[in-house]
Amino acid sequence: MRGREWSRPVRPARREVLSATPELEEGRPPLLFVPGFGHGAWAFAEHWLGHAASRGFPAYAVSLRGHGGSEPAPEATLRAYAHDVVQVAAGLPRQAVLVGHGAGALVVAHALARYPARGAVLVAPVFGGWGVLGAALRRNPAGTLPAVFGGPLRLNRGQLFSRELPDEEARRYVGRLGRAGRRAQWALLGEPEAEPAVGEPPVLVLGSPDDRVVPASTLTRVARRYGSAPLLFPGMGHDLMLDARWAEPIDAILDWLEKEPAAH
Amino acid sequence: MSTSTDHGRPDPEATPSAQSGDGRPVSDRGDTVCVIGAGASGLTAIKNLREHGFGVDCYERETGVGGAWNWRHDRSPVYASTHLLSSKPFTQFPDFPMPDSWPDYPHHSQLLSYFERYADHFDLRSHIWFGTEVIRVEPAEGERWDVTTRSTGGYGPERTSRYAAVVIANGHNWSPKLPRYEGLEQFRGEIMHASSYKDPAQLRGKRVLVVGAGNTGCDIAVEAAQQASRCWHSTRRGYWYAPKYVLGRPADQVNDTLLALRVPLRVRQWLYHWTMRLTVGDLTRFGLPKPDHRVYETHPIANSQLVYYVGHGGIGPVPDIARFHPYAVELADGREIDPEVVIFATGYLPRFEFLDASVFGDSAGAGRPTLWLNAFTPGHPTLAVAGLVQPDSGLFTLSHWQTVLFARLLRARRDRPERAAAFAQRVRERAGERYSGQVKDSSRHWFEVGHADYLRAVQRALVDLEGK
Repeated sequence: MRGREWSRPVRPARREVLSATPELEEGRPPLLFVPGFGHGAWAFAEHWLGHAASRGFPAYAVSLRGHGGSEPAPEATLRAYAHDVVQVAAGLPRQAVLVGHGAGALVVAHALARYPARGAVLVAPVFGGWGVLGAALRRNPAGTLPAVFGGPLRLNRGQLFSRELPDEEARRYVGRLGRAGRRAQWALLGEPEAEPAVGEPPVLVLGSPDDRVVPASTLTRVARRYGSAPLLFPGMGHDLMLDARWAEPIDAILDWLEKEPAAH
Repeated sequence: MSTSTDHGRPDPEATPSAQSGDGRPVSDRGDTVCVIGAGASGLTAIKNLREHGFGVDCYERETGVGGAWNWRHDRSPVYASTHLLSSKPFTQFPDFPMPDSWPDYPHHSQLLSYFERYADHFDLRSHIWFGTEVIRVEPAEGERWDVTTRSTGGYGPERTSRYAAVVIANGHNWSPKLPRYEGLEQFRGEIMHASSYKDPAQLRGKRVLVVGAGNTGCDIAVEAAQQASRCWHSTRRGYWYAPKYVLGRPADQVNDTLLALRVPLRVRQWLYHWTMRLTVGDLTRFGLPKPDHRVYETHPIANSQLVYYVGHGGIGPVPDIARFHPYAVELADGREIDPEVVIFATGYLPRFEFLDASVFGDSAGAGRPTLWLNAFTPGHPTLAVAGLVQPDSGLFTLSHWQTVLFARLLRARRDRPERAAAFAQRVRERAGERYSGQVKDSSRHWFEVGHADYLRAVQRALVDLEGK
């Protein structure tokens, strides 16, 4: 029973979707990248979309409402974000693989209960909880504390990128960060766990042991929930898709998709 | 699970490995499940069975998907201006939403494009045999089924294949139910069933009598009010004509707020009557008969325009028909009217001509099977009917969960036979159960279900089956 979805459906919002499609259609499943809070589709358009397309995967990235080029939505909830993802996924020509980064991975986890994805990839997943908040407060109290009271969450360069990324580039990226709706931010503290995924899609979890937002223990915990172990990329920051060695994780994802039978 | 459809379609040249009771050769399709019909319920059956690891062969008599919603199909009841009666969230498949950009009540052409997109998105077409009709379904040994097919229209040879299970999704809105009236044969005007009504041009400039106050009858009456030179609308009793919008929102969404809060029926009825007084007002003032029942006791009619056109004189409400004369129609109150066209919007009856009616516990052959959850047959655990419900909401969500339940049941038969046996026991004990509260006892309400009650029952069945 989904009484709330019938009686109070999510209000539609204009969404930005960026894409890169291969020149030759090879029948591979489309990928839908879902950025984390504060990020927009641009974060994937920098490197990953083009790279996935060059390897034959049609690649799309959505900006959740209130992010990037999508419609402003200060009161957006996690449910509205999951709605955005399911809407875009259902609009793709074929069954999609959902790739969520950061809190976008939590959005993907919720979307999986509403859309039978062909597979899912959770990149440096932020699933919330008090442990993650504690870690964020220790590392970046000034940027994190206002978020607890409904203000913006500000992530700094050290949390997001490794030292290998040139300073100028890192500053440019941090400058582009926006903010998520406060209700969605609060959801990170006490949101009930996502319903089980429909269609039993294969799930890959990856991240970095040197991520300063998501502790390695969280990666293991999330991966265990989906019956696997995390794939780790030491030396990289939280934003694996923008960091200096961005090609390694996306190649690992595409290799996994090529091998995983259920994802074909 | 190994299935031969994993490698493509059944091979007509394959050597038959079994014989049916009368000695016909049968090609064995292993664990594959047969789905009859590629309309909304058939499509979701294919998708959900595939998702649970089963091979599927679907037989569709037409050349495209969409069933009733594909108005190129000769069995489609859809007419040019058909729109949804339930708003999007109630109508769409729960795991494949309609686009945000669509209106609250989409047009039938949008519905067809939705099904086509669903079929392409989940790659269902490769499992469908188009232009193939099922002419016989017979129980075979080991709780399996022999399904005999041939090209639509009776061309070509018959072929029988043996399946592990069958999902019947042939729809129940295509075989017209026509009432009998004295003198009907002598009537010189044009008579048609609503299933033949396609376009308002059929009514233009004519004197039209519309019979029946189902949603279709009301819609056609509204069209006749705009196109015909005169329109009468004959109903046997008074009905509640609910507006499609209340408080600026689709009325079904407002109603479901109350259902979600588990407000008791009596209170909901009182609120509904109160809302109707505020929005539609006293219907008897318009010459419409006073409803002889409370709301929720007949299938709901969602029509914002009927009362409006009655108020403008475009529709003349009249009582039941007493008899037909060659050039006139006599009404129950003694009046005579002279329509040129009579449209019977009197509904449909389900038909399963390919199946012995006794399999369904319908020994009288009336078309009313005795099922549990309107889907499962006592004594036949590998047979399910999808979409044989008349809900007070959209149908596709219900078909989706019916077929999910059937797919899980088939899986349980393999992995947890004791659970499947308990399920079969429940089917035997509870066949014929209703999920609609008190409704009028007419063939129109045979399959009436309240969507909330029904889905709760399916949810309980799923939980019982899976033991969570």
